[in-house]
Amino acid sequence: MHIPDHFLSPTTWIGASAISGGALAYAAKKTQKKLDERQVPWMGVMGAFIFAAQMVNFPVAGGTSGHLLGSMLAAVVLGPWPTMIIMSTILGIQCLFFQDGGITALGANILNMAVVGTWTGYGTYRLLLRLLPGTWGQKAAIFAGGWMSVFLASIVAAFELAFSDTLPLSLALPAMAGWHSLIGIGEGLITVAVIQYLLRVKPELNIAPIKGGMNVHG
Amino acid sequence: MFMVERKKNMGRWIGLLVIALAIAAFLSPWASSSPDGLERVAEDYGFSEKADKSVLEGIFPDYLIPGLDNEGLATAAAGIVGTTITFGLLTLLGKKMARPSADSRQGEEVSD
Repeated sequence: MHIPDHFLSPTTWIGASAISGGALAYAAKKTQKKLDERQVPWMGVMGAFIFAAQMVNFPVAGGTSGHLLGSMLAAVVLGPWPTMIIMSTILGIQCLFFQDGGITALGANILNMAVVGTWTGYGTYRLLLRLLPGTWGQKAAIFAGGWMSVFLASIVAAFELAFSDTLPLSLALPAMAGWHSLIGIGEGLITVAVIQYLLRVKPELNIAPIKGGMNVHG
Repeated sequence: MFMVERKKNMGRWIGLLVIALAIAAFLSPWASSSPDGLERVAEDYGFSEKADKSVLEGIFPDYLIPGLDNEGLATAAAGIVGTTITFGLLTLLGKKMARPSADSRQGEEVSD
């Protein structure tokens, strides 16, 4: 759901850029406080994996495709603050090097995917983890977090399109929500699978949330 | 002992980096070329042509490295380049942001 140039009005993209700029500055401060040097390679590797996975569009239905977002995946492994840095860096590289997402829409894309995607996914996961017991409960929480991150990021994108007078909300909302509720199923499944893999190769990975959400060491 | 531990741990993240590069090289050329969710909405409601003109030209538009005739190869190369840049840039950023690990500052109080 990388928004290209000219989909958003100046008011919308400048406003979105201001919000995501502030959020990123705060995330950088939090990350500096929390990030352990042993987690640094994991930050690079999670980013590399998410970049690569985002290139692989999977078909969903009716001639439409989707790809992994990855905010939820990174948030479970490294916590939400570094995830905001990771996702924003990926979005910046995609925009500047590969013309995926417009430079004017970069702030909005960061807001949708690095801020909204990260926190709604991670919040859903944290909430469900408390309600659902056992490893299956954990898997369900991860799946739901992944689905929610894509779904709500697309809802915010729909509002941005509407604010920009590109598409009325009455059309943008059901269309974006509809397609992304399907794409979110792929997000949930891939996120669960990758975390299962990580837990197998790195059994000490503690995906139970801890204060500050920093889980990987070494 | 610590070095051994370090080496053992290093293997784990390198494994995921290898997987990322393999996805970029071998899976990205097979990605679905159908429009994604937003592109589909833009096509259905007739505003997709707004995206035709980009404000800033990317270096490798559409994830294709120029000079490679085969599109699959050009995509795979772009995937490897992008994955490597992402890894490098985030590792640098992380290094600048991270604090020393709890191990290397034993005796200090660990606040979290």
